[in-house]
Amino acid sequence: MAWIVEALASLLLIAGGVFLFIGSLGMAHLKDFYMRLHGPTKATTLGIGFMLVASMLYFWGYEGSPDIQEILITLFLFITAPVSAHLLAKTGLHLQLRRIDVTEGKPVELRPEEVGERPVPHPDKGHG
Amino acid sequence: MIKPRSWLPTPVLSILLLLVWLLLVRSVAFGQIVLGSALAVAIPLATYRFWDAEPRIGRPLKLLRFALRVLKDIVIANFEVAYLISNPWRKLRPHFIEYPLMLEERFTITLLASTISLTPGTVSANLRMDGKSLLIHALDVDDEEALIEQIRKRYEQPLKEIYEC
Repeated sequence: MAWIVEALASLLLIAGGVFLFIGSLGMAHLKDFYMRLHGPTKATTLGIGFMLVASMLYFWGYEGSPDIQEILITLFLFITAPVSAHLLAKTGLHLQLRRIDVTEGKPVELRPEEVGERPVPHPDKGHG
Repeated sequence: MIKPRSWLPTPVLSILLLLVWLLLVRSVAFGQIVLGSALAVAIPLATYRFWDAEPRIGRPLKLLRFALRVLKDIVIANFEVAYLISNPWRKLRPHFIEYPLMLEERFTITLLASTISLTPGTVSANLRMDGKSLLIHALDVDDEEALIEQIRKRYEQPLKEIYEC
């Protein structure tokens, strides 16, 4: 029985490693800032996810009791990864980083109130 | 902002904090429960000024289904993005999309933006100050309308039903 658990865990570890590698590869070779942002937010999330599942499986097989701390790690990752990606993207817009020419869509411009050049009324209705 | 009307401004948050604490220390000993409860009361009291009104979950079952769907999408999204990145012959067509929001509460908009960042080839880049639209950067799109429609159907509608009804 033990070798099945071990084999499964190793497979998951390899899968996780592959995803992490592809995520980093994306960071290295995609063309502009916004595209590079996609690598770490997604491929990495699943890579870490696979590794955590492998860890959970392994210790479940060996200690006999399921461990839930890995789920907590995943949860924290899912909460924090999009927020940091959002902030990075926003900073990129703010600094008007160049994007590659094939990028479609309306030109992105931040309005004066969004870069802090004009005060805004508090957007919160009701509970201010 | 929540009015500091009592010593327990956000009950749901407090329960969550207690649960997370117990999971972190991996024990349900009496001492840990006491310590966790103390933290669960103290942390919201120290931070309630930063919180919006606590969201009211209209339909918990739907929330669970939504979470499972997002999880599934995250896995699929990862395979797609991994394929896009690792295929050197494929020309990517990145796209900026201004997504008109239907949601009104800031908490639900946050949830939607996070979901978008975690799922197929999209990262939410900027929320307009008036809260009316969300700027999305997509890695590879051929039909902008279809993507907007998909986000609306898969994520925004359920979120609206869960939280804002």
